[in-house]
Amino acid sequence: MKKASFKVMTASVAALALGAGAAAADPEADLVVNGEIRMVTKTDAPAHLEGHLDTIRSGWTFRTSETQALQMDDFDNPGMIFVDGAQEAWDTAEGTAGKACADCHGDVAEGMMGVRAVYPKWNEAAGEVRTIEQMVNECRTDRMGADAYKYDGGDMAAMVALISSVSRGMPVDVAIDGPAQETWEKGQEIYYTRYGQLELSCANCHEENYDYYIRADHLSQGHINGFPTYRLKNAKLNTVHARFKGCVRDTRAETFKPGSPEFVALELYVASRGNGLSVEGPSVRN
Amino acid sequence: MASGVKPRVKAPKKASAGESVVIKTLISHKMESGQRKDSDGNVIPRSIINRFTCDYNGQNIIDVALAPAISTNPYFEFEATIPEAGEMKFTWYDDDGSVYETAKTVEIG
Repeated sequence: MKKASFKVMTASVAALALGAGAAAADPEADLVVNGEIRMVTKTDAPAHLEGHLDTIRSGWTFRTSETQALQMDDFDNPGMIFVDGAQEAWDTAEGTAGKACADCHGDVAEGMMGVRAVYPKWNEAAGEVRTIEQMVNECRTDRMGADAYKYDGGDMAAMVALISSVSRGMPVDVAIDGPAQETWEKGQEIYYTRYGQLELSCANCHEENYDYYIRADHLSQGHINGFPTYRLKNAKLNTVHARFKGCVRDTRAETFKPGSPEFVALELYVASRGNGLSVEGPSVRN
Repeated sequence: MASGVKPRVKAPKKASAGESVVIKTLISHKMESGQRKDSDGNVIPRSIINRFTCDYNGQNIIDVALAPAISTNPYFEFEATIPEAGEMKFTWYDDDGSVYETAKTVEIG
């Protein structure tokens, strides 16, 4: 009897080892989208991470080769379906002013190139750090006379994905000094604060234990250069703040709200950790 | 007609005679299985693409029957041999009777 059960155990261990081998991604693989946009998926960490991380790696390098392949061609990338939809919204007039995004910003590829790489960004007129989502909604309510999008809703995710898609391949370069510094420091404090019944901070998983598994999930460094992200688990685009909310919820904490000052500060800080990686959004993750 | 349905096809514009080419197709469709219930407990009626075909110069090269468990935005990738220049016609059949069509011309060169 004892012998039999031992046999079963070795068999299952062998199966596990096989499974792990098939799932493991090649961390040295190159990400080239459509055969022309070459992405930086691994580079030296920005100066402010000294003593924390030496090398920063895109979330793409942690995924399986099948998931990685989906992002390498726009036709295969399911996120691009949503980008197509947002392109129509970009050109369609909405609201009481009878204006479309295109009326002021022109062609998205010209008007929005480079925008995703530098946001969240200090907004002088507002006197605070603003995200792309907040800028989209400001345009919609103040300039178009249209209803604001839900901060982490589908329309918003698609619009941000469209704006992000024209900056793909450009290095993330958010400013953390000057007027943005105070918000950045607040974000840093949130990043290292333990939340919830499980008492986990962002750093516990994404800085101290990245590349390990947390149950079945392969922990990444948690960079947001690939957002909005098409996730295979929910078959839609996910915004940065929705992802933050999911993470904080998993620590069994009451979460901050998407669009709240806390999440804006955290977004600025997390974006700055990925300074130097390429803008990938809309990326594909599991 | 289900909303937001848009067929997409990626096929080479040129091929040499007798060459086997890769064709990728995707149609955005919610593929509601008919197994789910809404918040009031009512069954959400099934609404899927139930058949996909591709013809080359009138000759059928693929004919797929789709089932409710296929996930949203069904994607098909297949290979076809191009004997001569012509038109590739793609057709998707919706549960509600709608038919979505698109075509691609292939040159020999």
